[in-house]
Amino acid sequence: MTLAEIRDALGLTVLAGSKGLDRKVTGGYASDLISDVMANAPAGAVWITLQGHVNTVAAALLKDLAGVILVGGRAPSEDTVSRADAEGLPLLGTDRTAFETAGRLYPLVG
Amino acid sequence: MPLFRADLHLHTCLSPCGDLDMSPRALVAAAREKGLDMIAVSDHNSAENAAAVIRAAGLRPMVIPGLEICTVEEVHVLGLFETVHAALSMQDLVYQRLTDQPHRPDLFGDQVVVNEEDDVLGFVDRMLIGAVSLDLTQVVAAIHERGGLAVASHVDRPMFGLLAVLGFVPENPALDALELSRRVDPGRFLAERPDARGHPLIRSSDAHHPDQVGLAWTEFELESPTFREIRMALKGENGRRIHALYPPPRPTGMNAAGG
Repeated sequence: MTLAEIRDALGLTVLAGSKGLDRKVTGGYASDLISDVMANAPAGAVWITLQGHVNTVAAALLKDLAGVILVGGRAPSEDTVSRADAEGLPLLGTDRTAFETAGRLYPLVG
Repeated sequence: MPLFRADLHLHTCLSPCGDLDMSPRALVAAAREKGLDMIAVSDHNSAENAAAVIRAAGLRPMVIPGLEICTVEEVHVLGLFETVHAALSMQDLVYQRLTDQPHRPDLFGDQVVVNEEDDVLGFVDRMLIGAVSLDLTQVVAAIHERGGLAVASHVDRPMFGLLAVLGFVPENPALDALELSRRVDPGRFLAERPDARGHPLIRSSDAHHPDQVGLAWTEFELESPTFREIRMALKGENGRRIHALYPPPRPTGMNAAGG
């Protein structure tokens, strides 16, 4: 499944990194501690978080994650958007909570 | 240049998690007993007890007014200021950006405002626990606009520490120092965290109880114990500098972690 398909299925907004929407998603990971993601997230996962700091982008790249879903209507900071655009890392947004987002995603990629 | 002991992260009874015994007089007495020359008052998202501690201390120890701010990322940052006026200006911004949920002392603890005689003046009704709707960059900018120093609190800690929450030290904003907690050995920390090298490192007790005051501190080489001298030391200006972090590492074979 690609991020574009997940965007359509969950009704997500593309906040940044649209050129990476054809990336394959092979799993998911939900965490708001970036150190935890850097230690434990599996490659290919889409990362569900409310953490809009620019370090989110670097951690996602480090772990070869497919993309990031920012939940709870959180706005990424400006440098997060520009970094995600520069790296082609999709940053998708939703007003839904992490729980609701993970629940909808799980049957698709779990 | 003389050396001064500074414990730049102390809570009072204003912090909901702070012990009610953490009154200005008790705090000052504990600081004197531990031989501290300088302390900073840094309650969670508030500076309402800072002036009382300054008055209780008189000439010694020198007291820096501050706040420990929780950013939207849930990183704890100390804002240390030259004047109570500047600290209260930062508090105004923080209060605007905190939740307006009423405080629940039964769940989180009392938020007691006191004077220098330890008389209770009142209670803060807003919830001081929780995060402001400002990110780390915005909080540090607001501290700097008020002439303050921004220090990332207890960066080694698993909750609310910069490294756990954000994974590594971000390039921006420029923090004035990283603070290590009393629970980590500085040498071991730097060996494990190369991204923290190159940043000024201080160490503080983060005391919430009088017995914890001075359990860790930073020894500064300064002309005199003042806020401006501390700022020079963090920037390495004019011979002012961080001299050492205490307590020293424990002998090999003993576990430095714990507590």
